[in-house]
Amino acid sequence: MSRTLTFNIFRYNPQDPDSQPHMEAFTLEETEAMSLFIALNRIRSEQDPSLQFDFCCRAGICGACAMVINGRPGLACRTKTRDLPNEITLLPLPVFKLVADLSVDTGTWFRQMYQKVESWIHTDKEFDPHAKEERMDNHLAEEIYELDRCIECGCCVAACGTAIMRPDFLGAVALNRIARFMIDPRDERTTDEYFDVVGTDEGIFGCMGLLGCEDVCPKQIPLQEQLGKLRRKMALAAINNKLPKFLKSPS
Amino acid sequence: MQIFQTDLLCIGAGLAGERVAIEAAGSGFSVVCLSLVPARRSHSSAAQGGMQAALGNSAMGEGDSPDVHFNDTVKGSDWGCDQEVARIFVENAPIAMRQMAFWGVPWNRVVPGEQTYYKGGKPFTAVEKTENEGLIHSRSFGGTAKWRTCYTSDGTGHSVLFALDNRAAQLGVDIHDKTEVVALIHDGETCMGAIARCLKTGELRAYLARATLIASGGFGRIYRASTNAVINDGGAHIAALDTGIVPIGNPEAIQFHPTGIVPTDILVTEGCRGDGGILLDVNQYRFMPDYEPEKAELASRDVVSRRMTEHMRKGLGVKSAYGDHLWLDIRHLGAHHINTNLREVKDICETFLGVDPITQLVPVRPTQHYCMAGVRTNKDGAVYGLKGLFSAGEAACWDMHGFNRLGGNSLSETVVAGMVVGAKVVEFLQGADSVIKMSAVRDAFAKQQQRVTNLIDGVNGRENAFAVREEMHDALVKGAGIFRNGKDLAESVETLKGTLARARRVGLASNGIGANPELALALKIEGMVKLALCVTQAALMRTESRGAHTREDFPDRNDRDWLNRTLAYWNKDGDELPTLKYETATPSFELPPGERGYGGGKIIPMDTPPKTGKNKA
Ligand SMILES: Cc1cc2nc3c(=O)[nH]c(=O)nc-3n(C[C@H](O)[C@H](O)[C@H](O)COP(=O)(O)OP(=O)(O)OC[C@H]3O[C@@H](n4cnc5c(N)ncnc54)[C@H](O)[C@@H]3O)c2cc1C
Ligand code: SF4
Ligand code: SF4
Ligand code: FES
Repeated sequence: MSRTLTFNIFRYNPQDPDSQPHMEAFTLEETEAMSLFIALNRIRSEQDPSLQFDFCCRAGICGACAMVINGRPGLACRTKTRDLPNEITLLPLPVFKLVADLSVDTGTWFRQMYQKVESWIHTDKEFDPHAKEERMDNHLAEEIYELDRCIECGCCVAACGTAIMRPDFLGAVALNRIARFMIDPRDERTTDEYFDVVGTDEGIFGCMGLLGCEDVCPKQIPLQEQLGKLRRKMALAAINNKLPKFLKSPS
Repeated sequence: MQIFQTDLLCIGAGLAGERVAIEAAGSGFSVVCLSLVPARRSHSSAAQGGMQAALGNSAMGEGDSPDVHFNDTVKGSDWGCDQEVARIFVENAPIAMRQMAFWGVPWNRVVPGEQTYYKGGKPFTAVEKTENEGLIHSRSFGGTAKWRTCYTSDGTGHSVLFALDNRAAQLGVDIHDKTEVVALIHDGETCMGAIARCLKTGELRAYLARATLIASGGFGRIYRASTNAVINDGGAHIAALDTGIVPIGNPEAIQFHPTGIVPTDILVTEGCRGDGGILLDVNQYRFMPDYEPEKAELASRDVVSRRMTEHMRKGLGVKSAYGDHLWLDIRHLGAHHINTNLREVKDICETFLGVDPITQLVPVRPTQHYCMAGVRTNKDGAVYGLKGLFSAGEAACWDMHGFNRLGGNSLSETVVAGMVVGAKVVEFLQGADSVIKMSAVRDAFAKQQQRVTNLIDGVNGRENAFAVREEMHDALVKGAGIFRNGKDLAESVETLKGTLARARRVGLASNGIGANPELALALKIEGMVKLALCVTQAALMRTESRGAHTREDFPDRNDRDWLNRTLAYWNKDGDELPTLKYETATPSFELPPGERGYGGGKIIPMDTPPKTGKNKA
């Protein structure tokens, strides 16, 4: 009943002058409810202790373990071997800098993204520790949370043809981040200010709308819908910016 | 030697680390946060339930106040906590929640009018007040008199961590992720930063700092089965213990949760049992009513975990490739209830087990969940033993949890302690300039460099680090699990002494080049075994049962002899065992020791009970 699985894993340690990029095969007997988290850890502890990969929460929550699994970016910890054929090919995510083997540096990429889109609440108000919180409609809070659920796994970036071709492209994750702040009344940025960030070819106008991103998002963030809304809003803003002042709609 | 210099060095970029970082950066100090993973992947992101603060906005939270929260917290701790700290915590928690709202957390809010909620599997209605519309809402959690837990859907930790990391990015906090602290730099009096290994290149670095904060989360991963992220293995606790002068407070105080799934030990919520789920054994027999006729599966966390373990010890567990387990059965709740109220449980079962809980049984067993244990600090968050060293969050024993922390209180602790300790760190930084002694830096660096070389060259031997870890896991399960007794604990301590000797002979099988994971484990395995020895030895010496620490041979809570806190020191590198000292649990009693009102158990009273406290609640 039990299968023998073959894992073809990308191997390369840039720190080791003797290391060359290559594929290496490992075999394992499949056990019940086996996930790639269990399989890769067994390979490391039983066959090759130098094998590098990233797991953290191992529960599909933290986004650490994204890799290309049989051609498709996904979270390794959420992937069960029973859903895969006997031969499993694992590659590191493209776009992000390789650390070694299946491990990539997502931290640097994302921190750069936060600075580009200024991923924080912009407000002139000061926090008053003695005042009650500002009220918010629960429905709106839920809408914001819906977009806040992104775990920054990088799958959408790795699946995006534009992001692979041009390193300065913001990617669906950043565009979704902007959409999150745009619906949050605590952020006082105007449409024009958002336009400066995303109304460019690096931003929403670079997106070709092929939606590789939404297909692979493990959190099912409605990326297609958000990208569409953002495109319409920014196109309007672009037109608005060309009009004489007295014809402009308030932003 | 690559050197970085900063005013504040935060070891950890989870909620506690980032909250302190924000306080210091906001006051104009330079801050570097180190983390094993990008900040937002820190384990705080996995907390789904929520965080406690007595805002009292919701219908079921009406009449709540810091006083009520205080009583719940002290009772929950089984009177093991520091009551001054618990007071500071409950008073500041509401402010911290509002501040999180200000920084962007999309808290769920009060919806006015008649609402349907669930308790014990049954729906009921409550009327939310119109004047509270749009204020922060709260849900129910175990061990609380009021509904006090603030939440954002099923992703509280995630959304709060994202809001804090956004704020940190705005303030220019420098985050060095994929960086692992392996030692503290100190001269026996003052902490001057840390030695860390870069997990991208493998190189060692020295971080020099005027103040250093340990906010590295729990060390649950010294246990094999834990709900914690795999990175929670105590690296920074080890660095603290290795100084010889910083103690771990109450190492024996470890919390277990009844329902981790098998394999992978991912947590499924208490709500399953709350809604009417039952536990079955290998014969699909419902055993809990035999042990707990009244409450059955709904007894408290520690009690259910104990009974499950007892039953498996009788050989009535289900055998599997991943060890013995029991079954959680929620099939009778029906598709509708599971699809709407236990959606997240269904998703976890389907994704990680390939099990549909509507038609199939879910394999579960009690699993390590939380460390009340931690680096001992005073109420300002200043660590015992070294100037310039602070600690906050799960890593610390600040000590508001004593021997049992309440659900929702730890996430809350991270941001409250972050705020309070952060202000103290700022005060410290504003004080006199500290001097960095380069000799201490060079010594610390050279020592770690030498360890790396020795491990690669196999100078001390070629013991396999993974095998040593297995032996440690086994010993901990045997002695320092849910049920403890003198005989098993003594055996575990003996085993672990041998494990420690093996750990000292570890050498690599691979070449150790770059961010080699075998080297990462080899560097900390000896320290992990030391932590395991602190847990087991302290548990062996504590001859009473209090909170999560349950001694079968000493079932009473003994306030006469044990109303105190263990301080575990590792005096000298080569020692076989920690040195244990004790201090009083709390400097004053606002709430004198008494009955918790749940869990049962006898109490041996203090010889001279303290006078009634000043608490009005
Ligand atoms: C599954 C689960 C669910 C939970 N749910 C709740 C809940 O609903 N409510 C609640 O109140 N509590 C809950 N808890 C507990 C709570 O989540 C944690 O106690 C809390 O998040 C800890 O936060 P922290 O900032 O102290 O540490 P963490 O968030 O764990 O952060 C630790 C940081 O330290 C870094 N680090 C660790 N070691 C090193 C090292 N050697 N060098 C450098 N960096 C290091 C890590 O990379 C990380 O950045 C839950 C816990 C679990 C496991
Ligand atoms: S729609 Fe296509 S181009 Fe646009 S972000 Fe998604 S994957 Fe990239
Ligand atoms: S949007 Fe989805 S795929 Fe992209 S980083 Fe976020 S969670 Fe991952
Ligand atoms: S390890 Fe966290 S998402 Fe996979």
